[in-house]
Amino acid sequence: MARTISYREAINEALAQEMERDPRVIIMGEDNAGGAGSPGEDDAWGGVLGVTKGLYHRFPGRVLDTPISESAFIGAAIGAATRGMRPVAELMFIDFMGVCFDQIFNQAAKFRYMFGGRAITPVTVRTMYGAGLRAAAQHSQALYPIFTHIPGLKVVLPSSPYEAKGLMIQSIRDDDPVIFCEHKMLYDTVGEVPEESYAIPFGEANIVREGGDVTIVAFGRMVGTAEQAAGQLAGDGIECEVIDPRTTSPLDADTILESVESTGRLVVVDEATPRCNMATDVCALVAQEAFGALRAPVRMVTAPHTPVPFSDALEDLYIPDPQRVANAVKSVAGWKR
Amino acid sequence: MPEIDEITLLDAYRMMRTIRAFEERVHEEFATGEIPGFVHLYAGEEASATGVCTHLDARDTIASTHRGHGHCIAKGVDVKAMMAEIYGRGTGSCRGKGGSMHIADLTKGMLGANGIVGGGPPLICGTALAAKHEGAGGVGVAFFGDGASNQGTTLEALNLASVWHLPAVFVAENNGYAEATSSSWSVACDNIADRAAAFGMPGVIVDGFDFFAVHEAAGEAISRARQGGGPTLIEVKLTRYFGHFEGDQQTYRAGEVTHARENLDCLLRFRARVTERDLLTDKQLDAVDIEVDALIDAAVAEAESAPRPDPGDLATDVYVTY
Ligand SMILES: Cc1ncc(C[n+]2csc(CCOP(=O)(O)OP(=O)(O)O)c2C)c(N)n1
Ligand SMILES: [Mg+2]
Repeated sequence: MARTISYREAINEALAQEMERDPRVIIMGEDNAGGAGSPGEDDAWGGVLGVTKGLYHRFPGRVLDTPISESAFIGAAIGAATRGMRPVAELMFIDFMGVCFDQIFNQAAKFRYMFGGRAITPVTVRTMYGAGLRAAAQHSQALYPIFTHIPGLKVVLPSSPYEAKGLMIQSIRDDDPVIFCEHKMLYDTVGEVPEESYAIPFGEANIVREGGDVTIVAFGRMVGTAEQAAGQLAGDGIECEVIDPRTTSPLDADTILESVESTGRLVVVDEATPRCNMATDVCALVAQEAFGALRAPVRMVTAPHTPVPFSDALEDLYIPDPQRVANAVKSVAGWKR
Repeated sequence: MPEIDEITLLDAYRMMRTIRAFEERVHEEFATGEIPGFVHLYAGEEASATGVCTHLDARDTIASTHRGHGHCIAKGVDVKAMMAEIYGRGTGSCRGKGGSMHIADLTKGMLGANGIVGGGPPLICGTALAAKHEGAGGVGVAFFGDGASNQGTTLEALNLASVWHLPAVFVAENNGYAEATSSSWSVACDNIADRAAAFGMPGVIVDGFDFFAVHEAAGEAISRARQGGGPTLIEVKLTRYFGHFEGDQQTYRAGEVTHARENLDCLLRFRARVTERDLLTDKQLDAVDIEVDALIDAAVAEAESAPRPDPGDLATDVYVTY
């Protein structure tokens, strides 16, 4: 039987294997080791949810704790990347982009173009996103569409442990700045992950499930939600094709379009708020490039246009669930002019 | 040291004791799984919020941090509504939408706990600016941690407050840690207060276990600000009694909490001092203890039985008009 590990362990293993392979790889972030200057254990945390645990002792001098100064240390990772290092900087929650965004979108994202193609910035920013932990409005957002909007950034959304490892390795090896978005509710999910090192290329979608009736494109944690809905719908005789684009920038338009050419129906599932998100982006793509194939209106299943609420009673309503996906699929499957 | 009248002293004790009881109880309830989300407790640090906020009134605004329960209580936010908020109930201070990290009551001059480290100091420049325009002597007070003292937003706010000569007080609560990281490591100079010189404002260091020391330092800074004398940076040195958040194993710490609880505790020291000097009696203080414990019991009972928010609340309050 193939080995199974968690999403958290898969990211940790990818970091360790790349650090082993390439001395230019360093990691940094708040409490990525934890315990700096304190009387107790070194490597006390290994990141707030333990993703980098153990690397501090394995790679002396290459796991840097930082003060709470995101502009400074994310900027430093970017600067170090321009000098040939391969830094992986952790922005603990994606919501904290607010205090360091300039370094990412005006600096890292622009260098290559602004400098006439004469720069590379191989930095990876690891960051945690998503709702579900009752962490409220400033620790739960799905802000990856904002990064996707910026030319020059690559944006990665691993949906499983297998994806997490392969995409992290590719992120580190990639010569462009990468925003690697980890869903906080996926850390404990377990799946088959090869022990050896492997890279998953960017811009290549994974067809998670084949089906001829309706195409479902889903991102990050929503891939699992879409799969659950698809399983349910198969019982009702509706066969869904579930596509995980794996990266939002670059986006594998071909796989999505080919699928819609054959199903004629599209549902996009995106945990982000509904305006200018991945769902609108994919629907626009399909409307423009595959209009002739469409046999029903496109449907988007997203969070509402609100901040993320704290109360479990409200947060559970906020997050797209399999039932909402199934309803959307049924509405396009049964659509009549 | 200036005289403090009996009523103020008793109120201060009630405030500190309420914060302590509230936090100890949230700690217990969290362990039972009753409370969702991230919870950061202020126990041990009560003398700071209390020593500062006993000088404040309706003209004044404070901004807090993720560790905000103590500041909320000290600025007069309703304790029962706070507890309900932490439980995610519709009767909470923010109607269940904010939770522990976002408790606020603008009618009380409490601009919110804050999920973003360093989120508060710039906002306080704004409330201080507004107070200056109002001309009634109001001040803005930003509470923030040692970790937050390294955030660009905090450093920018200190400079702006000085440049605009704002009626603002910056209270750096140095509890020795930002998460697992020691402030002796993360703060490059010896004291956070030393940074005040770089921003052209007075910087003072006080013992955060001593209500009277905080009260005196804050009193000077606040009255200077009220009289147009500009901002001050106060560094309060203290210890948090619980983990960074509930669930933190705290392997990075040594025995400092036990030491602080037994030898430095602000409540014990307050009681010893006021009874030794015949300012208050044990009987008066014991009566407050009983009153506070009953309030916290009632707050938990009411929170537990309060209704959750209505599903329709999900989409409300995003805008005023839309
Ligand atoms: C911009 C930002 N970065 C990081 C965090 C994560 N975080 C929450 S609290 C905290 C430590 C804060 O330390 P300090 O300011 O000393 O306050 P304390 O927790 O000790 O009260 C960190 C890093 C955050 N909430 N916001
Ligand atoms: Mg601290």
